Amino acid sequence: MKFFFSSGHGACPGCSLPIAVKNVLYALEGKCFVVNPTGCLEIISSQYDRSAWGVPYIHSLFENAAAVAAGIEAALKALKREDEGHVVVFAGDGATADIGVGCLSGMFDRNHDVLYICLDNEAYQNTGNQQSGLTPPGSNTTTTPAGKLLPGKVGKKKDMVAFALAHGVPYVATASVAYPTDIRRKVKRAVEFEGSKYIQIHCPCVTGWGINSNETIKVAKLAVETALYPIVEYENGELVRVRKIKERKPVEEYLKIQRRFRHLFKHPKGKEIIEELQRIADENAKRFGLDA
Amino acid sequence: MKITLGAVSKPYSALKMKTGDWGTHWPKVDEELCTGCGTCEMFCPDMCIELVKVGEEEVNGKIKEIKKAKVNYDYCKGCGLCAEVCPTKAIKMELKEIYKV
Repeated sequence: MKFFFSSGHGACPGCSLPIAVKNVLYALEGKCFVVNPTGCLEIISSQYDRSAWGVPYIHSLFENAAAVAAGIEAALKALKREDEGHVVVFAGDGATADIGVGCLSGMFDRNHDVLYICLDNEAYQNTGNQQSGLTPPGSNTTTTPAGKLLPGKVGKKKDMVAFALAHGVPYVATASVAYPTDIRRKVKRAVEFEGSKYIQIHCPCVTGWGINSNETIKVAKLAVETALYPIVEYENGELVRVRKIKERKPVEEYLKIQRRFRHLFKHPKGKEIIEELQRIADENAKRFGLDA
Repeated sequence: MKITLGAVSKPYSALKMKTGDWGTHWPKVDEELCTGCGTCEMFCPDMCIELVKVGEEEVNGKIKEIKKAKVNYDYCKGCGLCAEVCPTKAIKMELKEIYKV
């Protein structure tokens, strides 16, 4: 088993979570202890007697993955077994930005030696597309349905990178499943740091976003190419690397192929939201210097 | 260590679940076009495509393995990502026999 994650898991065809997970485990050569809160990844990979994992794995509650990981790290330190592997958390965006944000803040504050990976599929996709803190504005979810008055989610996507940076986390990065070699490099770089590490990986969801199973990578690439999902890397609070975009595409190209944004092209307020998203993309490009 | 509390599953026990009958399409690799770059292996969400050695060739005096992509049809869910990411378009998705009317 090359990737420490086996076939036969229950993910939808074309799901991007296993792509992110297998490349992280491959980069760590399987030397890790995985903590996984409730979410899609837990459901697909750890049904009873159907575990897809080839590394030590523990399923925690929805809110306390960071606390469980901190405990494992402290125990390994006390037993002088730190060299056996890194402690890695695979959490969804809901478990990171909404439900588990308290424990995560505590872990960052105490600066435990844990690699925290947020698999960002931009809603609670496990229970059928409910909005989370990381859902982008305008997205149609079951809790923010597009109707006569409201055009999907109102508000903005939570900036978890800034949240991690505000805690003084030594290594903070974003990545995308469209670039697995980048994920591998970032994971290898992250574990060189002592203390908490935070990597947020953009993972398109086939059913929740309403895309074809073979379009996962295409959509992830478009999110990066429109600058809606900037790929950045911070070391000790300083921006060291960004993924430059050769020709920035308009956000409509990213929006029109997804069912969750389909209403924006018909809704009376849709135009405003598209302009708002384009403004966010322009701001990202300016802030991080994405245009090559 | 023996764990007696909670639910414990053995590693890789998901292999019992053969997911090969989920999809309607199957990828077919054209060995002429396949360069053995490994992109499909890196992207496959079901870990069911891998590079296998099919022979050896001599390049600049060094012996180099020739590798081609091979699909494990026991687990392939037919999502079509491999065909999408293949840089030489060596993978084609084909409709399964039972779905042909």
